Amino acid sequence: MLRITQPHWLEHDKRVSEALSFHDVGHRYPGGHETLSQISFSLTQGEMAFLTGHSGAGKSTLLKLIACLVRPTRGQVVVGGHNTGTLKRRQIPSFRQDIGLIFQNFNLLNDRTVFDNVALPLVIRGFADDDMGKRVRAALDAVGLLGRESAQPITLSGGEQQRVGIARAIVTKPALLLADEPTGNLDPTMAREIMQIFRRFNQAGVSVLVATHAVDLIQQLPYRILNLAQGRLTAQAPVGHRA
Amino acid sequence: MLKAHLRDALATLGRLWRDKINTLLIAAVIGITLALPAGLHVLVQNLSAVSYSWEGSLHASLFLKDSVNEARGRQLAQELGRRAGKTQYISREQSLAEFRALSGFGEALDLLADNPLPAVIVVTPKVQQTPQQVEQWLQELGQLPEVELAKMDQKWLQRLHAILDIVQRSVLLVAALLGVAVIVTVGNTIRLDIENRRDEIVVMKLIGAPDGFIRRPFLYTGFWYGLAGGAIAWIFVQAALLAIALPARRLAGLYDSSFTLSGLSFGASLLVLGGGLLLGVAGSAWTVSRHLTRIEPA
Repeated sequence: MLRITQPHWLEHDKRVSEALSFHDVGHRYPGGHETLSQISFSLTQGEMAFLTGHSGAGKSTLLKLIACLVRPTRGQVVVGGHNTGTLKRRQIPSFRQDIGLIFQNFNLLNDRTVFDNVALPLVIRGFADDDMGKRVRAALDAVGLLGRESAQPITLSGGEQQRVGIARAIVTKPALLLADEPTGNLDPTMAREIMQIFRRFNQAGVSVLVATHAVDLIQQLPYRILNLAQGRLTAQAPVGHRA
Repeated sequence: MLKAHLRDALATLGRLWRDKINTLLIAAVIGITLALPAGLHVLVQNLSAVSYSWEGSLHASLFLKDSVNEARGRQLAQELGRRAGKTQYISREQSLAEFRALSGFGEALDLLADNPLPAVIVVTPKVQQTPQQVEQWLQELGQLPEVELAKMDQKWLQRLHAILDIVQRSVLLVAALLGVAVIVTVGNTIRLDIENRRDEIVVMKLIGAPDGFIRRPFLYTGFWYGLAGGAIAWIFVQAALLAIALPARRLAGLYDSSFTLSGLSFGASLLVLGGGLLLGVAGSAWTVSRHLTRIEPA
């Protein structure tokens, strides 16, 4: 049984209708060529979309711009009402706490149990112990890993590790989930499972943006696909709702 | 907030405990570094104590003019006794008898027509006077009309005090230098720790951990290193004192002294522990401020 709770923004802020928006954004690494140019798009709150493109097309950079891991060299990136270009260094941590990040290589801490990994975002925010236990178990339940709290991450399969990563991303009930090639290291069956998990969170109201090159996996899904080629958006028309 | 600190402190202690040998080695290096100034401090303290105990037996000899008769001499001794401390009048005859008995030159004296020895008032000053006070007081005595010469027996004691002053300051300098050494040791250890946990720090930053949260475990690592180092220093000093206590007592016995070695006082013990702790935290804070901000997820 899955119990997916509402993201917290639904409870107190209904004004912001865009989860994120790019306005003529360009980015180049110092001394390098332009990795992204003239990117303009927005993701409505509660929307789910895919970001595709060959490796090197700029998918990761685009996600990093959203999480304020890099800053735009041109244009504006606005996430949850915050312009990332004007965020101060000390404001970034709390800005990032409102975004659930999921990575291709899972980024789990291998010297800690599954429970401790998932609890980390709550520890950072100073949650009380019993509250923390409840939330961690709810998050693990949502990804189908309840009962594996005390396991060490390296003893889990790739798919399970990724689900731990997702549990960690959603344990604080963020309004926005970003996933960078979440299925890149997984076999097709596991990959489909992971995509299903994202869909369920989206149905609960979370905005989701997934970067992936697994086009075959997402084509039959009823979500918008943003395609990047050489740093530019080439197609962002919604794909027909066939699912 | 307090709970979060407690959790970090204990988690860090657990992490250090899992790597006992390494932790112990680093703490021992810090301990030895701290033990040196602490040990020197104890040494100086004991030397001061010894010299002050000798101060009690410090006395001045007032050699009286031959024109002063015995009655006047005794009277003067009494007057001085009321003002200065303990006095003892030794008449010319007593001096002669004493000299005859102790010097072994008694027969040589028989060749002399007159008793060549002056009458003496031995003055033992009240204790707890600084060498300067004693010096001034001695000068006053020398100017009394009845006194030919006032002489302090233990000039070398003043020299010892002067030397101890120098040593005391040197101990402070050594302590300052070795304090810097502790900061560098802890700082370098924490720097390696930060390098080893780079991936973890990156993940923390990715999920929105503020700098303070990431910094805290490293600060507590320095805290524990410092505290353990201080404790080890304390043990080293006390053990060293225990080792030399017996020979020291034997030496004191040879001087007919009841002197015993004193160890680190309660205050000094706190200073060693607290100093180690502060230096540990300072060392880690210094490193963390330089290295943690350089690690950014990208």
